[in-house]
Amino acid sequence: MSKDTQDNVGMSYLDSNANKVFKTYLPLLLFIFVLLFPFYWMGITAFKPDNELLSRDGNPFWIIAPTLAHIEKLLFRTAYPQWMWNTILVSVTATFFSLFASVLAAYAIERLRFKGAKHTGLAIFLAYLVPPSILFIPLASVVFQLGLFDTRLALILTYPTFLIPFCTWLLMGYFRSIPFELEECAMIDGATRWEILVKIILPLSVPGLISAGIFAFTLSWNEFIYALTFVSSSEVKTVPVGVVTELVEGDVYHWGALMAGALLGSLPVAFIYSFFVEYYISGMTGSVKE
Amino acid sequence: MTPLLERVQNSRNVLGLIFMMPAALLLLLFLTYPLGLGVWLGFTDTKIGRAGQWIGLENYIFLMGDSVTQLALFNTMFYTTVASVLKFFLGLWLALLLNKNLAFKSFFRAVILLPFIVPTALSAIAFWWIFDSQFSIISWALVKMGWIDTYIDFLGSPWNARFSTLAANVWRGVPFVAITLLAGLQTISPSYYEASAIDGATPWQQFWHVTLPLLTPIIAVTMTFSVLFTFTDFQLIYVLTRGGPLNATHLMATLSFQRAISGGALGEGAAIAIAMVPFLLAAILFSYFGLQRRTWQQGGSDK
Repeated sequence: MSKDTQDNVGMSYLDSNANKVFKTYLPLLLFIFVLLFPFYWMGITAFKPDNELLSRDGNPFWIIAPTLAHIEKLLFRTAYPQWMWNTILVSVTATFFSLFASVLAAYAIERLRFKGAKHTGLAIFLAYLVPPSILFIPLASVVFQLGLFDTRLALILTYPTFLIPFCTWLLMGYFRSIPFELEECAMIDGATRWEILVKIILPLSVPGLISAGIFAFTLSWNEFIYALTFVSSSEVKTVPVGVVTELVEGDVYHWGALMAGALLGSLPVAFIYSFFVEYYISGMTGSVKE
Repeated sequence: MTPLLERVQNSRNVLGLIFMMPAALLLLLFLTYPLGLGVWLGFTDTKIGRAGQWIGLENYIFLMGDSVTQLALFNTMFYTTVASVLKFFLGLWLALLLNKNLAFKSFFRAVILLPFIVPTALSAIAFWWIFDSQFSIISWALVKMGWIDTYIDFLGSPWNARFSTLAANVWRGVPFVAITLLAGLQTISPSYYEASAIDGATPWQQFWHVTLPLLTPIIAVTMTFSVLFTFTDFQLIYVLTRGGPLNATHLMATLSFQRAISGGALGEGAAIAIAMVPFLLAAILFSYFGLQRRTWQQGGSDK
Protein backbone atom coordinates (compact mmCIF):
# COMPACT_ATOMS: atom_id res chain seq x y z
CA MET A 1 0.00 0.00 0.00
CA SER A 2 1.71 3.14 -1.14
CA LYS A 3 0.97 6.45 0.42
CA ASP A 4 -0.23 7.87 -2.87
CA THR A 5 -3.13 5.49 -3.26
CA GLN A 6 -4.29 6.16 0.24
CA ASP A 7 -4.24 9.87 -0.43
CA ASN A 8 -6.17 9.34 -3.61
CA VAL A 9 -8.88 7.47 -1.83
CA GLY A 10 -9.19 10.24 0.72
CA MET A 11 -9.33 13.01 -1.82
CA SER A 12 -11.77 11.38 -4.19
CA TYR A 13 -14.06 10.67 -1.29
CA LEU A 14 -14.09 14.34 -0.38
CA ASP A 15 -14.32 15.76 -3.86
CA SER A 16 -16.53 13.66 -6.06
CA ASN A 17 -19.99 15.17 -6.22
CA ALA A 18 -21.70 12.08 -7.52
CA ASN A 19 -20.23 10.15 -4.65
CA LYS A 20 -21.53 12.70 -2.16
CA VAL A 21 -25.05 12.49 -3.54
CA PHE A 22 -24.91 8.74 -3.42
CA LYS A 23 -23.32 8.37 -0.02
CA THR A 24 -24.84 11.32 1.80
CA TYR A 25 -27.99 12.77 0.29
CA LEU A 26 -29.58 9.52 -0.77
CA PRO A 27 -29.38 7.80 2.64
CA LEU A 28 -30.31 11.06 4.34
CA LEU A 29 -33.42 11.48 2.22
CA LEU A 30 -34.32 7.86 2.89
CA PHE A 31 -34.00 8.48 6.65
CA ILE A 32 -36.15 11.59 6.40
CA PHE A 33 -38.75 9.79 4.34
CA VAL A 34 -39.07 6.96 6.88
CA LEU A 35 -38.99 9.30 9.89
CA LEU A 36 -41.63 11.64 8.50
CA PHE A 37 -43.89 9.23 6.65
CA PRO A 38 -46.08 8.38 9.69
CA PHE A 39 -46.85 12.09 10.10
CA TYR A 40 -47.77 12.44 6.46
CA TRP A 41 -49.95 9.40 6.80
CA MET A 42 -51.54 10.79 9.95
CA GLY A 43 -52.29 14.06 8.17
CA ILE A 44 -53.64 12.55 4.98
CA THR A 45 -55.87 10.09 6.84
CA ALA A 46 -57.33 12.83 9.01
CA PHE A 47 -58.81 14.56 5.94
CA LYS A 48 -59.77 11.52 3.90
CA PRO A 49 -63.46 10.56 3.64
CA ASP A 50 -64.35 7.08 4.89
CA ASN A 51 -65.16 5.65 1.46
CA GLU A 52 -61.66 6.52 0.22
CA LEU A 53 -60.09 5.16 3.40
CA LEU A 54 -61.76 1.81 3.02
CA SER A 55 -61.15 1.25 -0.68
CA ARG A 56 -58.11 -0.46 -2.05
CA ASP A 57 -58.44 1.14 -5.46
CA GLY A 58 -56.94 4.42 -6.51
CA ASN A 59 -53.91 6.08 -5.06
CA PRO A 60 -53.97 5.97 -1.24
CA PHE A 61 -51.24 8.61 -0.99
CA TRP A 62 -53.60 11.33 -2.09
CA ILE A 63 -57.13 12.52 -1.31
CA ILE A 64 -59.71 12.99 -4.02
CA ALA A 65 -62.32 14.77 -1.92
CA PRO A 66 -60.82 16.11 1.32
CA THR A 67 -63.24 16.30 4.24
CA LEU A 68 -63.39 17.98 7.61
CA ALA A 69 -65.88 15.41 8.89
CA HIS A 70 -63.35 13.64 11.13
CA ILE A 71 -62.19 16.85 12.75
CA GLU A 72 -65.79 18.00 13.13
CA LYS A 73 -66.65 14.71 14.83
CA LEU A 74 -63.62 15.03 17.10
CA LEU A 75 -64.36 18.58 18.18
CA PHE A 76 -68.13 18.40 18.56
CA ARG A 77 -69.03 14.81 19.27
CA THR A 78 -66.26 13.67 21.58
CA ALA A 79 -64.67 15.03 24.74
CA TYR A 80 -61.55 15.96 22.73
CA PRO A 81 -61.63 19.71 23.51
CA GLN A 82 -61.88 18.83 27.21
CA TRP A 83 -58.86 16.47 26.94
CA MET A 84 -56.94 19.19 25.18
CA TRP A 85 -57.74 21.64 27.94
CA ASN A 86 -56.74 19.08 30.60
CA THR A 87 -53.45 18.41 28.87
CA ILE A 88 -52.66 22.11 28.59
CA LEU A 89 -53.61 22.77 32.20
CA VAL A 90 -51.66 19.81 33.58
CA SER A 91 -48.58 20.38 31.41
CA VAL A 92 -48.34 24.11 32.07
CA THR A 93 -48.91 23.82 35.82
CA ALA A 94 -46.55 20.88 36.26
CA THR A 95 -43.89 22.62 34.15
CA PHE A 96 -44.01 25.88 36.08
CA PHE A 97 -44.06 24.21 39.45
CA SER A 98 -41.14 21.97 38.44
CA LEU A 99 -39.16 24.91 37.12
CA PHE A 100 -39.71 26.81 40.37
CA ALA A 101 -38.65 23.89 42.54
CA SER A 102 -35.74 23.04 40.24
CA VAL A 103 -34.31 26.56 40.14
CA LEU A 104 -34.20 26.66 43.93
CA ALA A 105 -32.80 23.16 44.23
CA ALA A 106 -30.18 23.63 41.52
CA TYR A 107 -29.07 26.93 43.03
CA ALA A 108 -28.82 25.40 46.47
CA ILE A 109 -26.84 22.40 45.24
CA GLU A 110 -24.58 24.26 42.84
CA ARG A 111 -24.06 27.61 44.57
CA LEU A 112 -25.03 27.47 48.25
CA ARG A 113 -23.06 24.23 48.52
CA PHE A 114 -24.78 23.35 51.75
CA LYS A 115 -23.61 20.38 53.73
CA GLY A 116 -24.40 17.26 51.72
CA ALA A 117 -24.96 19.21 48.49
CA LYS A 118 -22.85 16.79 46.49
CA HIS A 119 -24.81 13.79 47.68
CA THR A 120 -28.07 15.61 47.03
CA GLY A 121 -26.91 16.25 43.47
CA LEU A 122 -26.17 12.58 43.02
CA ALA A 123 -29.55 11.62 44.50
CA ILE A 124 -31.24 13.96 42.00
CA PHE A 125 -29.39 12.26 39.17
CA LEU A 126 -30.46 8.83 40.42
CA ALA A 127 -34.07 10.03 40.72
CA TYR A 128 -33.84 11.03 37.07
CA LEU A 129 -33.07 7.42 36.19
CA VAL A 130 -36.13 5.94 37.92
CA PRO A 131 -38.51 5.03 35.10
CA PRO A 132 -42.26 5.71 35.52
CA SER A 133 -43.05 2.13 34.53
CA ILE A 134 -41.64 0.76 37.78
CA LEU A 135 -43.19 3.54 39.84
CA PHE A 136 -46.78 3.69 38.63
CA ILE A 137 -48.22 0.84 40.73
CA PRO A 138 -47.16 2.07 44.18
CA LEU A 139 -47.74 5.64 43.04
CA ALA A 140 -51.30 4.70 42.14
CA SER A 141 -51.81 3.51 45.69
CA VAL A 142 -50.30 6.74 47.09
CA VAL A 143 -52.56 8.80 44.83
CA PHE A 144 -55.52 6.76 46.02
CA GLN A 145 -54.64 7.14 49.69
CA LEU A 146 -54.37 10.91 49.27
CA GLY A 147 -57.84 10.96 47.74
CA LEU A 148 -56.46 12.33 44.48
CA PHE A 149 -57.55 9.46 42.26
CA ASP A 150 -59.25 10.61 39.06
CA THR A 151 -58.28 14.27 39.45
CA ARG A 152 -56.06 16.54 37.42
CA LEU A 153 -54.19 17.34 40.63
CA ALA A 154 -52.94 13.74 40.73
CA LEU A 155 -51.19 14.34 37.40
CA ILE A 156 -49.96 17.81 38.33
CA LEU A 157 -48.35 16.40 41.46
CA THR A 158 -46.89 13.23 39.97
CA TYR A 159 -45.42 14.64 36.73
CA PRO A 160 -42.81 16.63 38.68
CA THR A 161 -41.32 13.30 39.84
CA PHE A 162 -39.63 13.04 36.47
CA LEU A 163 -39.60 16.76 35.62
CA ILE A 164 -37.81 18.05 38.73
CA PRO A 165 -34.81 15.68 38.51
CA PHE A 166 -34.42 16.46 34.82
CA CYS A 167 -34.75 20.25 35.19
CA THR A 168 -32.54 20.39 38.27
CA TRP A 169 -29.83 18.42 36.53
CA LEU A 170 -29.99 20.67 33.48
CA LEU A 171 -30.04 23.91 35.49
CA MET A 172 -27.14 22.77 37.68
CA GLY A 173 -25.06 22.65 34.51
CA TYR A 174 -26.16 26.15 33.56
CA PHE A 175 -25.54 27.66 36.98
CA ARG A 176 -22.08 26.09 37.03
CA SER A 177 -21.14 28.11 33.96
CA ILE A 178 -21.95 31.46 35.62
CA PRO A 179 -18.79 32.97 37.18
CA PHE A 180 -18.63 33.06 40.95
CA GLU A 181 -17.19 36.59 40.82
CA LEU A 182 -20.55 38.03 39.81
CA GLU A 183 -22.09 36.69 43.00
CA GLU A 184 -19.17 37.83 45.13
CA CYS A 185 -19.47 41.39 43.78
CA ALA A 186 -23.16 41.45 44.56
CA MET A 187 -22.53 40.07 48.03
CA ILE A 188 -19.99 42.76 48.75
CA ASP A 189 -22.60 45.29 47.70
CA GLY A 190 -24.86 43.77 50.33
CA ALA A 191 -27.23 41.70 48.18
CA THR A 192 -28.92 38.75 49.84
CA ARG A 193 -28.82 35.29 48.33
CA TRP A 194 -32.39 35.64 47.17
CA GLU A 195 -31.62 38.92 45.41
CA ILE A 196 -28.57 37.34 43.78
CA LEU A 197 -30.67 34.45 42.51
CA VAL A 198 -33.45 36.64 41.16
CA LYS A 199 -31.41 39.57 39.82
CA ILE A 200 -28.18 37.93 38.64
CA ILE A 201 -28.43 34.18 38.20
CA LEU A 202 -31.87 33.93 36.67
CA PRO A 203 -31.43 36.65 34.00
CA LEU A 204 -28.15 35.00 32.99
CA SER A 205 -29.68 31.55 32.72
CA VAL A 206 -32.71 32.42 30.60
CA PRO A 207 -31.59 30.05 27.81
CA GLY A 208 -31.27 27.26 30.36
CA LEU A 209 -34.70 28.05 31.77
CA ILE A 210 -36.22 27.98 28.29
CA SER A 211 -34.50 24.65 27.52
CA ALA A 212 -35.70 23.11 30.75
CA GLY A 213 -39.20 24.58 30.36
CA ILE A 214 -39.67 23.41 26.76
CA PHE A 215 -38.38 19.97 27.59
CA ALA A 216 -40.53 19.67 30.70
CA PHE A 217 -43.59 20.83 28.77
CA THR A 218 -43.14 18.22 26.03
CA LEU A 219 -42.42 15.50 28.57
CA SER A 220 -45.67 16.29 30.41
CA TRP A 221 -47.62 16.57 27.19
CA ASN A 222 -46.36 13.16 26.08
CA GLU A 223 -46.78 11.40 29.43
CA PHE A 224 -48.94 8.33 29.16
CA ILE A 225 -48.66 5.68 31.86
CA TYR A 226 -49.49 7.90 34.87
CA ALA A 227 -52.37 9.54 33.03
CA LEU A 228 -53.65 6.11 32.03
CA THR A 229 -53.46 4.75 35.57
CA PHE A 230 -54.45 7.66 37.81
CA VAL A 231 -57.43 8.90 35.86
CA SER A 232 -60.54 7.07 34.72
CA SER A 233 -63.27 9.60 33.92
CA SER A 234 -63.43 10.97 30.43
CA GLU A 235 -63.60 14.59 31.66
CA VAL A 236 -60.20 14.33 33.34
CA LYS A 237 -58.24 12.48 30.65
CA THR A 238 -55.34 13.93 28.72
CA VAL A 239 -55.12 13.83 24.92
CA PRO A 240 -52.84 10.77 24.51
CA VAL A 241 -54.91 8.71 26.94
CA GLY A 242 -58.24 9.98 25.66
CA VAL A 243 -57.41 9.18 22.05
CA VAL A 244 -56.14 5.70 22.88
CA THR A 245 -58.90 4.69 25.28
CA GLU A 246 -62.02 6.47 24.04
CA LEU A 247 -61.73 6.94 20.30
CA VAL A 248 -61.24 3.22 19.77
CA GLU A 249 -64.76 1.85 19.83
CA GLY A 250 -65.12 -1.90 19.59
CA ASP A 251 -63.96 -3.55 16.42
CA VAL A 252 -64.87 -0.78 14.02
CA TYR A 253 -61.99 1.66 14.01
CA HIS A 254 -62.75 5.20 12.98
CA TRP A 255 -59.35 5.73 11.46
CA GLY A 256 -60.13 9.21 10.26
CA ALA A 257 -61.11 10.48 13.70
CA LEU A 258 -58.25 8.59 15.35
CA MET A 259 -55.69 10.12 13.02
CA ALA A 260 -57.26 13.55 13.40
CA GLY A 261 -56.96 13.14 17.17
CA ALA A 262 -53.33 12.08 16.88
CA LEU A 263 -52.58 14.94 14.53
CA LEU A 264 -54.22 17.64 16.66
CA GLY A 265 -52.57 16.23 19.78
CA SER A 266 -49.15 16.33 18.15
CA LEU A 267 -49.43 19.80 16.66
CA PRO A 268 -49.05 21.86 19.86
CA VAL A 269 -45.73 20.23 20.84
CA ALA A 270 -44.50 20.31 17.23
CA PHE A 271 -45.47 23.99 17.02
CA ILE A 272 -43.68 24.95 20.22
CA TYR A 273 -40.72 22.79 19.26
CA SER A 274 -40.39 24.53 15.90
CA PHE A 275 -39.85 27.85 17.66
CA PHE A 276 -37.34 26.54 20.17
CA VAL A 277 -35.46 23.83 18.26
CA GLU A 278 -32.05 25.00 19.43
CA TYR A 279 -33.12 25.23 23.06
CA TYR A 280 -34.72 21.83 22.88
CA ILE A 281 -31.66 20.19 21.35
CA SER A 282 -29.33 21.84 23.84
CA GLY A 283 -31.61 20.61 26.63
CA MET A 284 -31.53 17.08 25.27
CA THR A 285 -27.81 16.93 24.72
CA GLY A 286 -27.19 18.74 28.01
CA SER A 287 -29.16 16.11 29.85
CA VAL A 288 -26.97 13.38 28.44
CA LYS A 289 -23.68 15.14 29.04
CA GLU A 290 -22.12 15.47 32.50
CA MET B 1 -13.60 36.17 62.18
CA THR B 2 -14.63 32.78 63.41
CA PRO B 3 -18.20 33.67 64.46
CA LEU B 4 -18.74 35.44 61.15
CA LEU B 5 -17.48 32.47 59.17
CA GLU B 6 -19.66 30.24 61.28
CA ARG B 7 -22.68 32.43 60.64
CA VAL B 8 -22.14 32.33 56.88
CA GLN B 9 -21.67 28.59 56.96
CA ASN B 10 -24.75 28.32 59.08
CA SER B 11 -27.00 30.43 56.94
CA ARG B 12 -25.79 28.53 53.91
CA ASN B 13 -26.97 25.29 55.37
CA VAL B 14 -30.25 26.74 56.57
CA LEU B 15 -30.84 28.51 53.28
CA GLY B 16 -29.85 25.39 51.37
CA LEU B 17 -32.41 23.43 53.31
CA ILE B 18 -35.13 25.99 52.63
CA PHE B 19 -34.30 26.10 48.92
CA MET B 20 -34.30 22.31 48.66
CA MET B 21 -37.66 22.08 50.42
CA PRO B 22 -40.18 22.11 47.50
CA ALA B 23 -38.20 19.67 45.35
CA ALA B 24 -37.27 17.42 48.26
CA LEU B 25 -40.80 17.22 49.70
CA LEU B 26 -42.32 16.35 46.36
CA LEU B 27 -39.68 13.79 45.46
CA LEU B 28 -39.78 12.16 48.88
CA LEU B 29 -43.56 11.84 48.84
CA PHE B 30 -44.06 10.86 45.20
CA LEU B 31 -40.79 9.15 44.30
CA THR B 32 -38.82 7.78 47.24
CA TYR B 33 -41.81 6.66 49.27
CA PRO B 34 -43.55 4.92 46.32
CA LEU B 35 -40.27 3.24 45.41
CA GLY B 36 -40.08 1.74 48.89
CA LEU B 37 -43.79 1.00 48.84
CA GLY B 38 -43.32 -0.82 45.54
CA VAL B 39 -40.66 -3.06 47.03
CA TRP B 40 -42.95 -3.79 49.98
CA LEU B 41 -45.98 -4.43 47.75
CA GLY B 42 -43.93 -7.00 45.85
CA PHE B 43 -43.76 -9.05 49.05
CA THR B 44 -47.51 -8.90 49.69
CA ASP B 45 -50.69 -10.24 48.10
CA THR B 46 -52.31 -6.81 47.90
CA LYS B 47 -55.29 -6.52 45.58
CA ILE B 48 -57.03 -3.34 44.47
CA GLY B 49 -59.32 -2.33 47.32
CA ARG B 50 -57.89 -4.87 49.78
CA ALA B 51 -54.82 -4.40 51.95
CA GLY B 52 -52.36 -7.25 51.57
CA GLN B 53 -50.60 -9.67 53.86
CA TRP B 54 -46.86 -10.23 53.91
CA ILE B 55 -46.23 -13.36 51.86
CA GLY B 56 -42.47 -13.19 51.51
CA LEU B 57 -41.05 -14.34 48.21
CA GLU B 58 -44.24 -16.06 47.09
CA ASN B 59 -44.91 -13.58 44.24
CA TYR B 60 -41.41 -13.96 42.91
CA ILE B 61 -41.50 -17.74 43.16
CA PHE B 62 -44.84 -17.79 41.36
CA LEU B 63 -43.56 -15.43 38.65
CA MET B 64 -40.44 -17.50 38.06
CA GLY B 65 -42.60 -20.49 37.20
CA ASP B 66 -45.14 -18.45 35.26
CA SER B 67 -44.77 -19.03 31.52
CA VAL B 68 -46.24 -15.64 30.59
CA THR B 69 -43.71 -13.84 32.80
CA GLN B 70 -40.89 -15.90 31.31
CA LEU B 71 -42.11 -14.99 27.85
CA ALA B 72 -42.35 -11.31 28.83
CA LEU B 73 -38.79 -11.40 30.13
CA PHE B 74 -37.61 -13.00 26.90
CA ASN B 75 -39.55 -10.43 24.87
CA THR B 76 -38.13 -7.56 26.87
CA MET B 77 -34.56 -8.78 26.43
CA PHE B 78 -35.09 -9.46 22.73
CA TYR B 79 -36.85 -6.13 22.17
CA THR B 80 -34.21 -4.19 24.08
CA THR B 81 -31.21 -5.89 22.50
CA VAL B 82 -32.35 -5.79 18.89
CA ALA B 83 -33.85 -2.30 19.14
CA SER B 84 -30.76 -0.88 20.88
CA VAL B 85 -28.35 -2.37 18.37
CA LEU B 86 -30.43 -1.07 15.45
CA LYS B 87 -30.84 2.34 17.08
CA PHE B 88 -27.11 2.55 17.66
CA PHE B 89 -26.06 1.73 14.10
CA LEU B 90 -28.80 3.72 12.39
CA GLY B 91 -28.36 6.61 14.83
CA LEU B 92 -24.60 6.69 14.35
CA TRP B 93 -25.01 6.55 10.60
CA LEU B 94 -27.53 9.38 10.66
CA ALA B 95 -25.29 11.43 12.97
CA LEU B 96 -22.31 10.95 10.64
CA LEU B 97 -24.46 12.00 7.67
CA LEU B 98 -25.63 15.11 9.47
CA ASN B 99 -22.11 15.99 10.56
CA LYS B 100 -21.05 16.53 6.95
CA ASN B 101 -21.19 19.85 5.19
CA LEU B 102 -24.76 19.93 4.00
CA ALA B 103 -27.21 22.43 2.67
CA PHE B 104 -30.18 22.96 5.04
CA LYS B 105 -28.33 21.16 7.82
CA SER B 106 -30.23 22.74 10.70
CA PHE B 107 -33.51 22.12 8.94
CA PHE B 108 -32.67 18.42 8.57
CA ARG B 109 -31.63 18.25 12.18
CA ALA B 110 -34.85 19.88 13.37
CA VAL B 111 -37.10 17.69 11.26
CA ILE B 112 -35.37 14.46 12.24
CA LEU B 113 -36.20 14.94 15.89
CA LEU B 114 -39.97 15.07 15.27
CA PRO B 115 -40.61 11.36 16.03
CA PHE B 116 -39.00 11.93 19.41
CA ILE B 117 -40.98 14.99 20.48
CA VAL B 118 -44.44 13.91 19.33
CA PRO B 119 -46.41 11.96 21.98
CA THR B 120 -45.47 8.29 21.55
CA ALA B 121 -49.02 7.14 22.21
CA LEU B 122 -50.20 9.24 19.26
CA SER B 123 -47.47 8.22 16.83
CA ALA B 124 -48.11 4.62 17.90
CA ILE B 125 -51.70 5.07 16.73
CA ALA B 126 -50.36 6.14 13.35
CA PHE B 127 -48.28 2.96 13.29
CA TRP B 128 -51.34 0.97 14.24
CA TRP B 129 -53.03 2.28 11.12
CA ILE B 130 -49.89 1.69 9.02
CA PHE B 131 -49.80 -1.88 10.33
CA ASP B 132 -53.53 -2.52 9.83
CA SER B 133 -54.14 -6.00 8.49
CA GLN B 134 -56.60 -4.91 5.78
CA PHE B 135 -55.60 -1.40 4.83
CA SER B 136 -51.88 -1.26 5.56
CA ILE B 137 -50.14 1.15 3.24
CA ILE B 138 -46.98 -0.99 3.37
CA SER B 139 -48.87 -4.04 2.18
CA TRP B 140 -50.58 -1.96 -0.48
CA ALA B 141 -47.26 -0.67 -1.81
CA LEU B 142 -45.64 -4.11 -1.75
CA VAL B 143 -48.58 -5.69 -3.56
CA LYS B 144 -48.55 -2.94 -6.21
CA MET B 145 -44.83 -3.51 -6.70
CA GLY B 146 -45.56 -7.19 -7.09
CA TRP B 147 -43.36 -8.29 -4.18
CA ILE B 148 -46.14 -9.99 -2.22
CA ASP B 149 -49.55 -11.42 -3.09
CA THR B 150 -51.51 -11.14 0.14
CA TYR B 151 -51.62 -8.40 2.74
CA ILE B 152 -49.21 -8.89 5.63
CA ASP B 153 -50.79 -9.44 9.04
CA PHE B 154 -48.32 -7.18 10.82
CA LEU B 155 -49.71 -7.42 14.33
CA GLY B 156 -51.56 -10.71 14.07
CA SER B 157 -48.86 -13.36 14.38
CA PRO B 158 -46.22 -13.50 17.14
CA TRP B 159 -43.03 -12.84 15.18
CA ASN B 160 -44.62 -10.35 12.82
CA ALA B 161 -45.94 -8.45 15.83
CA ARG B 162 -42.55 -8.53 17.53
CA PHE B 163 -40.78 -7.09 14.51
CA SER B 164 -43.52 -4.54 13.84
CA THR B 165 -43.36 -3.16 17.37
CA LEU B 166 -39.57 -3.21 17.16
CA ALA B 167 -39.69 -1.18 13.97
CA ALA B 168 -41.93 1.41 15.61
CA ASN B 169 -39.63 1.57 18.64
CA VAL B 170 -36.53 2.00 16.49
CA TRP B 171 -38.35 4.69 14.49
CA ARG B 172 -38.97 6.60 17.67
CA GLY B 173 -35.50 6.07 19.19
CA VAL B 174 -33.15 6.73 16.28
CA PRO B 175 -33.59 10.53 16.36
CA PHE B 176 -32.55 10.70 20.02
CA VAL B 177 -29.41 8.64 19.42
CA ALA B 178 -28.57 10.53 16.23
CA ILE B 179 -28.94 14.00 17.71
CA THR B 180 -26.96 13.29 20.89
CA LEU B 181 -24.20 11.54 18.95
CA LEU B 182 -24.17 14.46 16.52
CA ALA B 183 -23.58 16.78 19.47
CA GLY B 184 -20.67 14.52 20.45
CA LEU B 185 -19.28 14.53 16.91
CA GLN B 186 -19.34 18.30 16.83
CA THR B 187 -17.07 18.52 19.87
CA ILE B 188 -14.30 16.58 18.09
CA SER B 189 -11.74 19.10 16.92
CA PRO B 190 -11.17 19.16 13.13
CA SER B 191 -7.43 19.32 13.73
CA TYR B 192 -7.45 15.59 14.56
CA TYR B 193 -8.85 14.89 11.11
CA GLU B 194 -6.34 17.23 9.48
CA ALA B 195 -3.45 15.64 11.33
CA SER B 196 -4.55 12.09 10.48
CA ALA B 197 -5.20 13.06 6.84
CA ILE B 198 -1.63 14.39 6.60
CA ASP B 199 -0.45 11.06 7.98
CA GLY B 200 -2.33 9.37 5.15
CA ALA B 201 -5.29 7.93 7.02
CA THR B 202 -8.24 6.79 4.91
CA PRO B 203 -11.73 7.95 5.90
CA TRP B 204 -12.36 4.51 7.33
CA GLN B 205 -9.14 4.66 9.40
CA GLN B 206 -10.10 8.15 10.55
CA PHE B 207 -13.48 6.89 11.66
CA TRP B 208 -12.01 3.88 13.42
CA HIS B 209 -9.03 5.57 15.11
CA VAL B 210 -10.21 9.16 15.64
CA THR B 211 -14.01 9.42 15.65
CA LEU B 212 -14.93 6.26 17.48
CA PRO B 213 -12.50 6.50 20.43
CA LEU B 214 -13.39 10.15 21.01
CA LEU B 215 -17.08 9.39 20.71
CA THR B 216 -17.05 6.37 23.04
CA PRO B 217 -17.97 8.28 26.24
CA ILE B 218 -21.03 9.91 24.72
CA ILE B 219 -21.98 6.64 23.04
CA ALA B 220 -21.89 4.94 26.43
CA VAL B 221 -24.20 7.49 28.02
CA THR B 222 -26.56 7.79 25.06
CA MET B 223 -26.92 4.06 24.72
CA THR B 224 -27.51 3.66 28.45
CA PHE B 225 -30.42 6.07 28.24
CA SER B 226 -31.63 4.38 25.10
CA VAL B 227 -31.49 0.96 26.78
CA LEU B 228 -33.32 2.38 29.83
CA PHE B 229 -36.11 3.84 27.68
CA THR B 230 -36.43 0.68 25.62
CA PHE B 231 -36.33 -1.73 28.53
CA THR B 232 -39.06 0.14 30.39
CA ASP B 233 -41.13 0.86 27.29
CA PHE B 234 -44.86 0.74 27.81
CA GLN B 235 -46.83 3.08 25.55
CA LEU B 236 -45.92 1.63 22.20
CA ILE B 237 -46.83 -1.93 23.14
CA TYR B 238 -49.94 -0.87 25.03
CA VAL B 239 -51.27 1.01 22.01
CA LEU B 240 -50.17 -1.37 19.26
CA THR B 241 -50.86 -4.83 20.68
CA ARG B 242 -51.64 -4.68 24.44
CA GLY B 243 -49.13 -7.53 24.69
CA GLY B 244 -50.80 -9.80 22.17
CA PRO B 245 -51.01 -11.91 20.08
CA LEU B 246 -50.61 -14.80 22.56
CA ASN B 247 -48.53 -12.54 24.83
CA ALA B 248 -45.88 -12.46 22.12
CA THR B 249 -45.16 -8.77 22.57
CA HIS B 250 -45.74 -8.42 26.30
CA LEU B 251 -42.90 -6.53 27.97
CA MET B 252 -42.28 -6.50 31.71
CA ALA B 253 -43.90 -3.06 31.96
CA THR B 254 -47.04 -3.97 30.03
CA LEU B 255 -47.38 -7.25 31.89
CA SER B 256 -47.09 -5.51 35.26
CA PHE B 257 -49.77 -3.04 34.16
CA GLN B 258 -52.03 -5.88 33.04
CA ARG B 259 -51.63 -7.83 36.25
CA ALA B 260 -51.75 -4.86 38.65
CA ILE B 261 -54.22 -2.40 37.14
CA SER B 262 -56.39 -4.43 34.76
CA GLY B 263 -56.20 -7.61 36.84
CA GLY B 264 -56.18 -5.89 40.24
CA ALA B 265 -53.24 -7.89 41.64
CA LEU B 266 -51.19 -4.93 42.85
CA GLY B 267 -48.69 -7.09 44.73
CA GLU B 268 -47.92 -9.34 41.81
CA GLY B 269 -47.67 -6.41 39.39
CA ALA B 270 -45.33 -4.58 41.74
CA ALA B 271 -43.15 -7.70 41.93
CA ILE B 272 -42.86 -7.74 38.13
CA ALA B 273 -41.92 -4.07 38.10
CA ILE B 274 -39.35 -4.54 40.86
CA ALA B 275 -37.86 -7.48 38.97
CA MET B 276 -36.86 -4.97 36.30
CA VAL B 277 -34.63 -3.08 38.74
CA PRO B 278 -31.54 -5.37 38.57
CA PHE B 279 -31.43 -4.90 34.81
CA LEU B 280 -31.77 -1.15 35.18
CA LEU B 281 -28.97 -1.09 37.73
CA ALA B 282 -26.77 -2.99 35.32
CA ALA B 283 -27.47 -0.33 32.69
CA ILE B 284 -26.69 2.51 35.11
CA LEU B 285 -23.40 0.93 36.20
CA PHE B 286 -22.54 0.57 32.53
CA SER B 287 -23.09 4.31 32.10
CA TYR B 288 -21.09 5.03 35.23
CA PHE B 289 -18.04 3.27 33.87
CA GLY B 290 -18.54 5.03 30.56
CA LEU B 291 -18.37 8.33 32.41
CA GLN B 292 -15.33 7.27 34.39
CA ARG B 293 -13.58 6.55 31.16
CA ARG B 294 -14.32 10.03 29.96
CA THR B 295 -12.71 11.77 32.90
CA TRP B 296 -9.73 9.55 32.44
CA GLN B 297 -9.57 10.31 28.73
CA GLN B 298 -9.64 14.02 29.27
CA GLY B 299 -6.82 13.76 31.75
CA GLY B 300 -8.94 15.14 34.60
CA SER B 301 -9.15 13.48 37.99
CA ASP B 302 -12.51 14.66 39.22
CA LYS B 303 -15.01 17.45 38.67
